Amino acid sequence: MAAPALELRGITAGYGRIEVLHDVSLSVPSGTVFALLGPNGAGKTTTMLVASGYVRPTAGCVHVAGTHVNRVAPENLAKAGVCRIPEGRGIFPNLTVNENLRMFTYSSPFSTSEVQEKSFARFARLGERRNQLAGTLSGGEQQMLAMSRALVSDPGILLLDEISMGLAPKIVSELYELVGQLAQEGISILLVEQFARTALAVSDYAAVMTGGRIAMVGQPADVADFVNEAYLGGAA
Amino acid sequence: MEFVQLLVVGLVTGCVYALSATGLVVTYTTSGIFNFAHGAIGMLGAFTYWQLTVGWGWPAALALPAVLLVLAPLFGAGVERVLIRPLHGASVDVTLVITLGLLLFLLGAANYIWDPATSRVLPELFTSGGTSIAGVNLSSQQILIVVVAVAVALALRTLFSRTRIGIAMRGVVDDPDLCAMSGASPARIQQLSWAIGASLASVAGILIAPKVGLSSIQLTLLVINGYAAALFGRLKSLPRTAVGGILLGIVVEMYPVYIAPHVPGFSTTATELTKAVPMIFLGVLLLFLPSARLRTSTAAGRIAPTVPGLRQSLVGGVGLVVVAVVLTESLSSDNLGIATSVVVLAIALLSLVLLTGYSGQTSLCVLTFVGLGAWAMGHSGHSVLGLLWGALLAGAAGALVALATARLRGLYLALATFAFAKGMDEAFFYFHLGAGQQLEIARFRLPGIDTSSASTFFLLCTLVLAVASVGVLAVRRGRWGRQLTALNDSPAACATLGVNTTVTKVAVFTVAAAMAGFAGGLYGSSRGIVTNNDFAVLGSLALLLAVRVGGINTITGAVFGSLTITMFPEIQKHVHGLPDKLQLAYLLTGLAAVSVGRDPDGLGGQFSRLGHHLRGLRTPPSSSPTGIPELEEARLVHS
Repeated sequence: MAAPALELRGITAGYGRIEVLHDVSLSVPSGTVFALLGPNGAGKTTTMLVASGYVRPTAGCVHVAGTHVNRVAPENLAKAGVCRIPEGRGIFPNLTVNENLRMFTYSSPFSTSEVQEKSFARFARLGERRNQLAGTLSGGEQQMLAMSRALVSDPGILLLDEISMGLAPKIVSELYELVGQLAQEGISILLVEQFARTALAVSDYAAVMTGGRIAMVGQPADVADFVNEAYLGGAA
Repeated sequence: MEFVQLLVVGLVTGCVYALSATGLVVTYTTSGIFNFAHGAIGMLGAFTYWQLTVGWGWPAALALPAVLLVLAPLFGAGVERVLIRPLHGASVDVTLVITLGLLLFLLGAANYIWDPATSRVLPELFTSGGTSIAGVNLSSQQILIVVVAVAVALALRTLFSRTRIGIAMRGVVDDPDLCAMSGASPARIQQLSWAIGASLASVAGILIAPKVGLSSIQLTLLVINGYAAALFGRLKSLPRTAVGGILLGIVVEMYPVYIAPHVPGFSTTATELTKAVPMIFLGVLLLFLPSARLRTSTAAGRIAPTVPGLRQSLVGGVGLVVVAVVLTESLSSDNLGIATSVVVLAIALLSLVLLTGYSGQTSLCVLTFVGLGAWAMGHSGHSVLGLLWGALLAGAAGALVALATARLRGLYLALATFAFAKGMDEAFFYFHLGAGQQLEIARFRLPGIDTSSASTFFLLCTLVLAVASVGVLAVRRGRWGRQLTALNDSPAACATLGVNTTVTKVAVFTVAAAMAGFAGGLYGSSRGIVTNNDFAVLGSLALLLAVRVGGINTITGAVFGSLTITMFPEIQKHVHGLPDKLQLAYLLTGLAAVSVGRDPDGLGGQFSRLGHHLRGLRTPPSSSPTGIPELEEARLVHS
């Protein structure tokens, strides 16, 4: 069996003196979608930062496709196929749409024109606004632009951090349609989301984090029950 | 026709300013750090070029690419790697200290390598030739400058809009982390920008050196004039920067002919202002900058050195006077003179502790206030009231500076005070104390005290220092001191609490300037003769850095700064084999600043922590914003 796309083993990490993650282990098998759920401050984003090299764990190790990557710089991890779409808008507001797409070519096997072609084919609206400054796009359009990087960088593991944040439901479902499509193409995805139901609908495995620890791991259906009963009071 | 000729000359000068300013803007936008050493790097480039061509006889065709494409970029990249990269996330204040330290260090180093007493001439690249278009004469060098400026502008435009690395250089400004997420290394991109900046500074230095001569200080300050152009572009826009440079060049060349003689009633004064035009330009631009948002808080949880209590500070003051009494018995009268200088300068530097240390207002013009005090003293005969006039004059100047810069903080305040110091240097001190006419200052007389005796005067100054130190510490402990510290920590919080930040700022500037002016009166009295060189802007920089190394929020820092800056030249006289003109003070102060400048508390802070340690007290926790680690952790984890 192939090595998992991403594996965290016994990770302890934090910011300065404050420890945020306590002995976190999780494994995203190759070609699957893994949803990481949990309340604010549970350590989900920190887990993402550890996986993409921004926060160095104080204990434990990070493996990407079977390779130990604890001390690799973020930009080199990005080139090696770890693609993180950050919380908020992962775009350069003072560059045009085209120039943003050109930045993606640092970690993409495709040329600039191929990158444009693929992005505009998926998100026609970006094509209409190709010479506009990215900062002047609507929130949804900005997130589409950010997601284009996932589309063109052929990632070994895709890390999506709350892509639905602050967006209209219609756009969220459009974005999750893309996530589903990427999963179908066999891309491994680690997904952090507050809307448990939306995330569970596209995932193969799921885990719930709380207080910097993994509280439960399992099939989406089991996790959904656990989440509804114990943590979100059935609101999700 | 003269008008057109001047216009052309102004355009050429403007192109040099634009080249220099462009380099500055490229590094600033990409790395977020304003490189005060930009002028010094340009100076170094010009000297290196002189060494290769005139010194070692290389042909220009070989030396030019060697300097501009190899040495300067390597130097810039090296500076980024060694000094700038570790500054990631540092406060503006720290970056100022590091780049100012680099400026002084490079000046000191250049004077060590190339003895300033020897005169050197850098020939123009094309000495012959030139042409005349419609009656306007153009030398080949002038044409070359314009061609180079246009070529650089086009090259940069292509770089930033057409190439991927250029787009990444623009992108890294917005979000370095996102840059790394895309696979582009932010550190490498910033390193490239420093390489380009150093190269452009060198181009400007090499092009302007034949006109102004190879003087390290002149060249450094001349390239600094380009800062005004950079500010015209708001430190962001390259086209606006270029326009700013050309405008500045034209104004500088036109001013003495078309503006100054026509100011009714003040034509002499107006003519004296000629050399200060770039700094006036810079000052005016700073006035029109849009207001920055009030900063909310500095680096979390930094614990300032302990402030001594009243008893402790009184004991210290008495101790100081006792030491002084012992010294008067043992020192020769020459050495007493040096000791007096140390004490007097320390009084001036106490004003920096109050202004920059406690309330966080960066000031690069402390010597200007000292100079104003000395000037007032020189016009007061033997009257002790001269000290008061000096304090009043300097205090008034300080209030004006504070009012004009009320909205500015950090980098812009530093630039504004720098412009004030340099402008006063060139327009006031040069004409009233310099150019061969030094100012003789009679020592004031006090009834019943023989001030003309070296030891009595020394004791008197020490007494003033002791009283001033105790006073500054008392201010720090009091209500106003808390306001100043609050202003330093978080101007926004200050404003929401109902503290009028502008009034507080003007008040602290006025008091600090008056203190420096008072010290200036003592300084003049102790020296007897002062010249404009005593109050040069570079001296203010060196003093600020020396105090910073010593610990800018402690009395120790002021004494340390004054000791080092006064003693270096004296030590130097007694060390054999050192060239006379070597500015050891600049070299070592710069070196110290770049090496320990990252600790905002300096040596004074270290002493304070050592004191804590010796007394068996636990060192205060330093990294948690609330100061209560358990609470902080609980909030983060369980919310």
